[in-house]
Amino acid sequence: MTATLSKVDRGRAQEARPRPPRRYRMSNLDAKVSPYLFVAPFFVLFIAIGLFPLLYTAYVSLFDWEIGADDPPFVGFENYSTLFQDDQFWNALFNTFSIFLLSSAPQIVVAVVIAALLNANLRARTGWRMGVLLPYVASLVALTIIFGNLFGPQYGLVNDVLGLLGISPIDWQASTFGSHVAIASMVNWRWTGYNALIILAAMQAIPKDVYEAALVDGASALRRFFSITLPLLKPTLIFVVVTSTIGGLQIFTEPKLFEPSGGSGGGAEHQYQTVVLYLYQSAFQGYDLGYASAIAWVLFMVVIAVAALNFFLTRRAVK
Amino acid sequence: MMKRPSFAIYGILGAFVLGSAFPFYWSFLVASRDNSVLTGDFTLIPGGNFWTNSLRVFDTVPFWKALGNSFLVSGTVTFSVVLLSTLAGFAFAKLKFRGRGVLFLFVVATLAVPTQLGIIPLYMAMAEFGWAGELEAVIVPNLVTAFGVFWMRQYLLDAIPDELVEAARMDGCSLWRAFWHVALPAARPAAAMLGVFTFMQSWNDFLWPLVVLNADNPTLQVALEKLQSGYYVDYSLVLAGTTLATVPVLIVFLVLGRQIVAGVMQGAVKG
Repeated sequence: MTATLSKVDRGRAQEARPRPPRRYRMSNLDAKVSPYLFVAPFFVLFIAIGLFPLLYTAYVSLFDWEIGADDPPFVGFENYSTLFQDDQFWNALFNTFSIFLLSSAPQIVVAVVIAALLNANLRARTGWRMGVLLPYVASLVALTIIFGNLFGPQYGLVNDVLGLLGISPIDWQASTFGSHVAIASMVNWRWTGYNALIILAAMQAIPKDVYEAALVDGASALRRFFSITLPLLKPTLIFVVVTSTIGGLQIFTEPKLFEPSGGSGGGAEHQYQTVVLYLYQSAFQGYDLGYASAIAWVLFMVVIAVAALNFFLTRRAVK
Repeated sequence: MMKRPSFAIYGILGAFVLGSAFPFYWSFLVASRDNSVLTGDFTLIPGGNFWTNSLRVFDTVPFWKALGNSFLVSGTVTFSVVLLSTLAGFAFAKLKFRGRGVLFLFVVATLAVPTQLGIIPLYMAMAEFGWAGELEAVIVPNLVTAFGVFWMRQYLLDAIPDELVEAARMDGCSLWRAFWHVALPAARPAAAMLGVFTFMQSWNDFLWPLVVLNADNPTLQVALEKLQSGYYVDYSLVLAGTTLATVPVLIVFLVLGRQIVAGVMQGAVKG
């Protein structure tokens, strides 16, 4: 609306002055062209280095393309038909989802609790908030190495503590479930505080008078939390899930570095190999770029499908 | 005045924060001892070997070079992302041009696109340009983000009154000067936050640098990986490396923690 109005205004101004001064014409050109120049760097760079490689991945996936090959042969959808019969791929997909579920579900529950505690009238408020955010700034590589040590099967601290509690040591590297729990705990450790702050921000946006009305009606603190806070947090919780899905399905650093000198196989029997780890291994250790591209493209589809699903759920929840 | 919360709340939060800080301390603890002490009995008192182990880190990997590379890469990427995002964000928030709505919709739609999955053609391109192993390879693909543009646009929408841009134009100010003298100063708080987040993200980036850089010219994260990937793992050495690599981020956090907290919470409301 405003855009059309100002255009009309500008047209009138030109009619009134049949020979606009040179400077005015310059500034008119400036008004027309400059906005495009301002947004151009983003579009040019993003399309060249973000979007184009992604689309070109689909093209590469149709070839038997090895690193350094001059004239890779076209094989159509062969990479895909191989991929869908590849047990290692399905295993990696299973591991990815398993780790994702183990990391997202507990994380959100704890984050809501921490947010509720932070929402109390604390002394040194900012200090507490910084405290819970501490893991977020840590280097992921450093932390994965540290956690790999903590979860070490022989002298790891986690097993030592379990031993003190009378629980026999768990081989966190060799067992499928154990390794998934260990890797999920790194994700949880890193992101719970961050998500707690996001949820806290949403809690503070809830108008106070809603609570006061409930208080007058004699609702208990627990009742107020479940009947008011939680429903009003729903959009934020879904936002947290969506963002963690996109990252979680591409998890790489944690399984790559979990076991020292473990290579990139994600465990001796690929028990914690994830899809991106398999992609990395196929492309840069197996030199099979075509096959790795097929993995990338299938994962891309999975991420888009899950994101779209989330999007529709969000829309429904917001309405 | 709301009543002060009970000790139980402080207790739970305190335990949570201690748990958050513990891996950092553990890393230092292992780094300060030698491997013979590590086996079996554990104690929370540091030993006196941290400096010796650090010197071994410097002997094993090009630590200082990696540190310099990480600063160079993250600094360049941050500068570029902040500048280009503010420029595009300003245009989307305050300037009128044909196709603005569609173009902005494109920005929003690409927020969720996992561009990381394009690393194979990106690697082929870098090999073609002769950039494999060079820092350009980790700088150039990160010069701009859709998130940055989105973030700056949301902020500038309310931060600058439309009249201000109009007034500048009336005074014969070109749009570029309006950007430089009106938008950029107004954008400073959001630009600072975007800068901190971009820096941390770039600093921690791992998959792509691992693919395209080599052990002689690494970033800090790649150097840490090399430290860990030996056949026999010497944990007092490796965790001395992780401790040293963590120090710069901890300093940043202590100095800018308040702003980072505000940024996370603000992003939640705006996003």
